[in-house]
Amino acid sequence: MRCMDGYYGSYLLVAALLAIGVAVVAGAMMANRLLRPSRPTAEKLTTYECGVDPVGDGWAQSQVRYYVFTYLYVIFAVDAVFLFPWATVFDAPGYGVTTLVEMFVFLGFIALGILYAWRKRVLSWT
Amino acid sequence: MLDVVLRFAVILAIFLVLPLIVGQTEHKVMAHMQSRLGPMYAGGFHGWAQLIADGVKFMQKEDVIPAAADRRIFMIAPGVALVPYLVVLIALPVDDGFVGVDLELGLFFVLAVMGIGVLGAIMAGWASANKYSVLGGMRAAAQLVSYELPLVLAASSVAMAAGTLSLPGIVEAWQWWWLPWQAIGGVVFFMAGLAELRRPPFDMPIAESEIIMGPMTEYTGMRFALFMLAEYAGIVVLSFLTTVLFLGGWHGPLLPGWLWTLAKVFLLAFVVIWVRVSFPRLREDQLQKLAWAGLVPLALVQLALTGVVKVLT
Repeated sequence: MRCMDGYYGSYLLVAALLAIGVAVVAGAMMANRLLRPSRPTAEKLTTYECGVDPVGDGWAQSQVRYYVFTYLYVIFAVDAVFLFPWATVFDAPGYGVTTLVEMFVFLGFIALGILYAWRKRVLSWT
Repeated sequence: MLDVVLRFAVILAIFLVLPLIVGQTEHKVMAHMQSRLGPMYAGGFHGWAQLIADGVKFMQKEDVIPAAADRRIFMIAPGVALVPYLVVLIALPVDDGFVGVDLELGLFFVLAVMGIGVLGAIMAGWASANKYSVLGGMRAAAQLVSYELPLVLAASSVAMAAGTLSLPGIVEAWQWWWLPWQAIGGVVFFMAGLAELRRPPFDMPIAESEIIMGPMTEYTGMRFALFMLAEYAGIVVLSFLTTVLFLGGWHGPLLPGWLWTLAKVFLLAFVVIWVRVSFPRLREDQLQKLAWAGLVPLALVQLALTGVVKVLT
């Protein structure tokens, strides 16, 4: 099979497996549809809230205390993505110590970011 | 073509059978650790068919979708949680020369696709329109953003050591002394992976005694079963990935390679169960603190260690 060789070919196989996965889920739901009863009542379709009638809307507001982590994550994750291409070549002949110094600069930046978050008291809630 | 069909058959077998074995092992191991017997009836011998019986039951149950729910998202969420774990398996080598597809960007691909699985829980939490579920979904999201970073950093340490992102390539480059060398990274990776799977002690988003299974509160029948399957498939994938990255995959004396891979996967799956029985659930702020003040710095130490040793030797 020529079409399965090479860079795009290998991802063609990934797409095929994805299709199989979707088919497995769809098949399970189809079998379920053939076998299951369907007798909906108003009570059954009520949102579950420990047995009492639900109060207000399900999409209730709550304080999300960890939104700051999201910022931290977005910044660091973008940094971390660049680690991967770097990781495969940093030891190549001619790089050596230079890339090692670069790595410590990178680690220093991340450590500084976490230290900043720590000083801002993001990490402790009480 | 036949070759590809065989590989896909093996991947599907791993995907559909291993989670059931891990699930049954969990029933039994947990039971005995807590001085119980666990399932004893289904199938006759020590309840071996319990999960099959569960599957048959789930198959026949009514599909209840709450009137208030966001129907379409609610319906596809279990699929989004489950399918990524199947797709990930394509890049994981079972034996020397036996892998679904040797992707050049294997490690990167695997981490990216594994992250999608968590989206299923977030979607389910939001679409249920239930206060407990929304809380659980938000916690799942928080856990994803906190633990993805140590996971990625620890994994890239292995990529540095091996000098490649291809997973078979990493196993091929593996030497026994990588065990102590990459030990910190291995522990960080495994713990962060547990947190991404929302397994105890990191099961704050599920917390059945507090927010009643969180994102899964409103799910019944087949869709709930798919979530359960996703959880155990996740354990298999995490154990598999840790085996490939940190424990040398198929390397080992005497026995054939695939048996070594399988043995290591089951050993790690046992640890996952053991940890569940041994540790209490972490509170949400403890959970965040462990990631940012514990695992991330440790992963950075591992990166420095890997870099220094690699350049000096």
